[in-house]
Amino acid sequence: MSANSPWPLIDPPYDFPAYRSSRLRAPKLPLVVMPKRLLDATGPVFGESAVGPGEQDLTRQHAGEPQGQRIVVAGSLLDEDGRPIVGQLIEIWQANAAGRYAHDLDQHPTPLDPNFTGTGRCLTGPDGSFRFITIQPGAYPWRNHDNAWRPAHIHFSVFGRSFAERLVTQMYFPGDPLLDHDPIYQSVTDPRQRQRLLSALDMDLTEPEWAIGYRWNIVVGRHHGTPFESGRA
Amino acid sequence: MTRLTPTASQTAGPFFSIGTAAGDRTVLAPEGAPARIRIEGRVLDGSGVGVPDAFVEIWQADSDGRFPPETSWDGFGRSPTDRDGRYRFVTVKPGARAPEAPHIEVAVFARGLLQRLVTRIYFPEDARLHGEDPLLPTVPEKRRATLIASRIGDGAYSFDIRLQGEGETVFLAF
Repeated sequence: MSANSPWPLIDPPYDFPAYRSSRLRAPKLPLVVMPKRLLDATGPVFGESAVGPGEQDLTRQHAGEPQGQRIVVAGSLLDEDGRPIVGQLIEIWQANAAGRYAHDLDQHPTPLDPNFTGTGRCLTGPDGSFRFITIQPGAYPWRNHDNAWRPAHIHFSVFGRSFAERLVTQMYFPGDPLLDHDPIYQSVTDPRQRQRLLSALDMDLTEPEWAIGYRWNIVVGRHHGTPFESGRA
Repeated sequence: MTRLTPTASQTAGPFFSIGTAAGDRTVLAPEGAPARIRIEGRVLDGSGVGVPDAFVEIWQADSDGRFPPETSWDGFGRSPTDRDGRYRFVTVKPGARAPEAPHIEVAVFARGLLQRLVTRIYFPEDARLHGEDPLLPTVPEKRRATLIASRIGDGAYSFDIRLQGEGETVFLAF
């Protein structure tokens, strides 16, 4: 196993020079492998009080409705055996339809939307399911390289059953031509794993005359030592 | 049985604070909790500059060494870094869970980190327990000090996290 990444066949490397921000922030020394018996099976559990009503609907957090294409994003949070992870916290954040975040440091000269914060939270249901209503985020430029644009994406922060299963990632949209040019998406070097970051258009989730539905499942797992031991090769 | 492959990690990016700000998680233990301590430090990049767009998460035992804590608070903390890269927590000193010496689990997320970094905070007053700890003796000796906080006052500790370069913090794979 490469000591430079806990899970080299799935996760991106820390040091990925095409992603400029990694250059001064990626560790250069080998990671130390934690003895397996120290893996703690516990992690934070969020009760129902952690999430307020309506936090999963990003289109109804202000007086008016946000600009943009309304979408439903739904899926399941699963463990490696396909079992649902129930009652766990999922947090999302995203740019508005014009590709701008409601964040002080986002200086992209495109309009803010007074009716869109871009923040959603929910607890997974008894079947591990989650469902957000939001708007299609816009692509936006960034300064990683000349003429760099990030493909449309939604940031996801999820908690598994243990601190070892904690995951922060991004969900993308199928067919986005910017994906081929995005070093963050491309940092997942295995094409099969990369494609699993793409949501899928789902006509069962799509609601007539109202919103397009995208499905995306998230799998969290523990690290089992070398990837080969658990049949991921 | 077919096992599913975990979803790959991606960076939290620079704007995570709009998504992770709900509820202050920097104060874990209420006033009056036994063994209450303060821990603060800076997240530093390879040029020694504070990382202003990172967040640090912790997970720990209670003062009796119970994981998860059997207390009114839940052992999970999250602190964004400020413009100087500084994070801070008010929590309790975790108890030992033999053979492990008292420690706090730490994860760092930031723009520029394509996946989180994991490390541990140990405490300087527990030096006699560190030799029996299952992890610490496996860490190259000259790097071990990066996992041990400094005492900066009564019930106050400093723990800097150096992502790269001189004194790079030991990060863990598991």
